[in-house]
Amino acid sequence: MSAAADNAERTPVIEVEDLHVRYGSRDILRDVNLTVYQGEILVIMGGSGSGKSTFLRYLLGLHRPVGGSIKLLGRDITRLKSQELYELRRKIGMSFQGGALFNSMSVGENVRLPLREHTRLDENTMRIMSRLKLEVVDLAHAEDLMPAQLSGGMVKRAALARAIVMDPRLLFFDEPSAGLDPVVSAELDELILRLRDTMHMTIVVVTHELDSAFKIADRITFLDRGRILMTGSVAEVRASDDPRIQNLLNRRPEARVRDPDEYLRRLTGREPRPSA
Amino acid sequence: MAADTQANPIARWVERLGRGTVRAVEELGYHAALLAESLYWIAWGARRRQSVRFADTVLEMMEVGIRALPIVAVLSLAIGVMLAIQGIHTLKTFGAESQVVVGIALSVTREFAPLIVAILVAGRSGSALAARIGTMQIGQEIDALRVIGVSPVRFLVAPALLAMLIMMPALTFCADVMGIMGGALYSAADLGLDIGTYLDRTRDALDVEDVMQGLVKSLVFAVLITLIGTANGFAVSGGAQGVGRATTRSVVLSITAIVIADMIFTWFLSR
Ligand SMILES: Nc1ncnc2c1ncn2[C@@H]1O[C@H](COP(=O)(O)OP(=O)(O)O)[C@@H](O)[C@H]1O
Ligand SMILES: [Mg+2]
Repeated sequence: MSAAADNAERTPVIEVEDLHVRYGSRDILRDVNLTVYQGEILVIMGGSGSGKSTFLRYLLGLHRPVGGSIKLLGRDITRLKSQELYELRRKIGMSFQGGALFNSMSVGENVRLPLREHTRLDENTMRIMSRLKLEVVDLAHAEDLMPAQLSGGMVKRAALARAIVMDPRLLFFDEPSAGLDPVVSAELDELILRLRDTMHMTIVVVTHELDSAFKIADRITFLDRGRILMTGSVAEVRASDDPRIQNLLNRRPEARVRDPDEYLRRLTGREPRPSA
Repeated sequence: MAADTQANPIARWVERLGRGTVRAVEELGYHAALLAESLYWIAWGARRRQSVRFADTVLEMMEVGIRALPIVAVLSLAIGVMLAIQGIHTLKTFGAESQVVVGIALSVTREFAPLIVAILVAGRSGSALAARIGTMQIGQEIDALRVIGVSPVRFLVAPALLAMLIMMPALTFCADVMGIMGGALYSAADLGLDIGTYLDRTRDALDVEDVMQGLVKSLVFAVLITLIGTANGFAVSGGAQGVGRATTRSVVLSITAIVIADMIFTWFLSR
């Protein structure tokens, strides 16, 4: 896929403008601008705590931002009524970092839940559709298992099956490879690529695994302390001379900024006294 | 400014009181919104093709009602016996011990049955509701529901509320019967009062209103237990410890709310 070159002719699926997010008085995301186009895989990278998961939660409309707008499939989710948002979410799939399978339901029931809630299909059809998706993620044999009986990789795949059961146009995936062994995580990468190519989904993946990102990404966005450092194709990212990005790429620890006041405050748990 | 309030203990205390009040009002508003939304789904869910799940409601009714039946029976029988012992002992000084029937009939149906059922259900089911929703919250299952396009209130709160609204009056009615039976059994043993006669006199002593008063109370308690349990579950953060805290908090708050609501009720109804 040639990425940035033909962006102009492609339809934007996600348009984020000046997104501003804070928890309490702390800015978590600031001045975030991003466009994701139909049929591409965009990978959001960044160190741990940089705001990747938070960004995803806002993209899903789970919270309302302090400022800025987020358009999904042409609709501004920061302005939608909650009922309209629920409707829109049927076209969106999400696989959470920990899977978030419903523990009281079997794997099959988990995958069928969206069908049960949003369609009027009969039991048999739903069963076939859920098996189809479980087959895609290679979990057909696990249909009757409970989530507690699954391994880490199986949980991720089951969550993915549930996320794609309604054939969403837009798929979000938080940390597909976190906590998995390299072989399983490579399989998941293959699966993500296959979903883009066979089902033409637009996919946003959050990860901090470099190898995985380079393998699947059409474009990469770098988040650092709540701001976007750069967005570009894999080649552009590799060629970047931004020291922070180079640090991340070469797995170098950041040179830490030492503010003596901040340091004192951390140690004593108190505001430093005004010196006057 | 900030340094000022930190230094002055009174200002600090006032500030804490203010924050506490704001939080309490917020929490009250949240409960009201939960109730409104649940009732909305119960009433109009089917019309929007998003009905409250019947199977879940039945399961919840089994859990809240049927499973609680044996313990409700035992407790209310014991309370009936206790009331009879006390009543006969007190009334003996006036030589009016046969009046115990009226006393037991009224206090069981109006007060003790709804109260004991509510406290029991708060401990059994209110806490379970908080624990279940809390666990789902920290496992991101609640977020997953919202992302799938399913309202967590419709999916989790509405069936629980419906089940409670049906089962609490039913349990309370059972507690009425068992409490009166307890009184009858003890009176038969102590005063040699025939059980048939005892029941006849109970029927004479009781108005429909007395029983209804207890049942209406139990509906109010059902709402309180469900809202406090689910709201505390949704508010969980911070892992397994958070779930434990929410569970305890929901039981303590429910029982407090039940007793206070009962007091207000009784005050209005006995004027
Ligand atoms: N519910 C929350 N309340 C307050 N701060 C939060 C909350 N969730 C995340 N944060 C903070 O937001 C920042 C970004 O977190 P997150 O998006 O989870 O990072 P990442 O996924 O990149 O590791 C972190 O500093 C974290 O402490
Ligand atoms: Mg994360």
